[in-house]
Amino acid sequence: MDHGAPLLEDVFGLSWLDFNLSNVLMMVIASAIVFILAVVASRNLQRKPKGLQNFMEWVIDFVKGIIGGNMDWKTGKQFLPLGLTLLMYIFVANILGVITMITINHELWWKSPTSDPGITLTLAAMVILLTNFYGIKVMGFKEYGKGFFKPLPFMLPFKIIEEFANTLTLGLRLFGNIYAGEILLGLLAGMMTSGVFGAIGGFIPMMAWQGFSIFIGAIQAFIFTMLTMVYMSHKVSHDH
Amino acid sequence: MLDTNMLVLNAGGFNFNAGDMIAQLVVFIILLFLLKKFAWKPLMGIMKEREEHIASEIDTAEKNRAEAERLAKEAQDEIRNTRAQAQQIIEDAKQTAKEQEQSIVLAARTEADRIKEAARVEIQQERDKAIQALQDQVASLSVKIASKVIEKELSEKDQEKLISEYIKEVGGER
Repeated sequence: MDHGAPLLEDVFGLSWLDFNLSNVLMMVIASAIVFILAVVASRNLQRKPKGLQNFMEWVIDFVKGIIGGNMDWKTGKQFLPLGLTLLMYIFVANILGVITMITINHELWWKSPTSDPGITLTLAAMVILLTNFYGIKVMGFKEYGKGFFKPLPFMLPFKIIEEFANTLTLGLRLFGNIYAGEILLGLLAGMMTSGVFGAIGGFIPMMAWQGFSIFIGAIQAFIFTMLTMVYMSHKVSHDH
Repeated sequence: MLDTNMLVLNAGGFNFNAGDMIAQLVVFIILLFLLKKFAWKPLMGIMKEREEHIASEIDTAEKNRAEAERLAKEAQDEIRNTRAQAQQIIEDAKQTAKEQEQSIVLAARTEADRIKEAARVEIQQERDKAIQALQDQVASLSVKIASKVIEKELSEKDQEKLISEYIKEVGGER
């Protein structure tokens, strides 16, 4: 049960450049799944949709709804690809760790990439940077800068702190939910492998928790996308 | 089972690997661009196209409906017009027939009157002619007969006078 991480340290001789190969592998797998799903869904596009195309269009409408609820569609439509990709990537990444966990030579290889705080914080930081970038792009540098002094000038420090706080909460919320789910799944799996009674006793909680984890995975993907658009709207809308 | 080691070891794995972060960023950006190019663009394109298609279909339907309504109205007007015209034609025909009937009857009556009149005149003439001829013949015949009967007692002059008196008397009787 002691899992290590398959670390690859000091790449290119740089002391700070360490890779957790498991994370890299899982993020590539998650991306590949999302990409294949999306590309398969968008092959043979028809005016009268069926099957996967229907599903994809539902997802698109769903994200459109998220964006439309936060800002007007004219500014919001440029964030549709970002929202879609975030939603699907995070959802698939969350689900990967629920399906199974694979440990090879006491190194945890198959897990959710989103159960690593570094990765979720990277995504969160990217989102916050993008909101600031689009804030400047849409509003102009002056309007963007004024945003830090609203509603009152002394709010500036809080506004700056808010940016970092947003990054932390956005990343750690996702990480915490998924990591907690994986720990409990790991514990249940350990219980089930411990003996006959453990297997019988652990079966139903395992099923329940897996179901719940799928739910959590979907909800967290939704929340992440939703908050991305909320933060984005704070930066690109005039009425804030 | 409740292996605290696992928690500790996993917690120990939380050293923030810069490589992971860079990898995640790169992978996500690549994914974003690939999806944008190969999935979202075509999907949104087809959705937009469908939207436009539906909008244009609705427009066309609306237009067709208006057109159909207009045509139906036109047809109805046409029917009404035609009906009125037919009525008019029938009225006219009736009127003409009546006029013609009257004129024919009038002409026939006039013709009949004319023929009757002509016949009467002719009859009158014929009768006068016949009377004249009869008078002449009777006169000469009478003279011949009378001369033969009373040749000896009366002079020719007296005879003539007597006969013409007589004939006049006969003619006056009529």
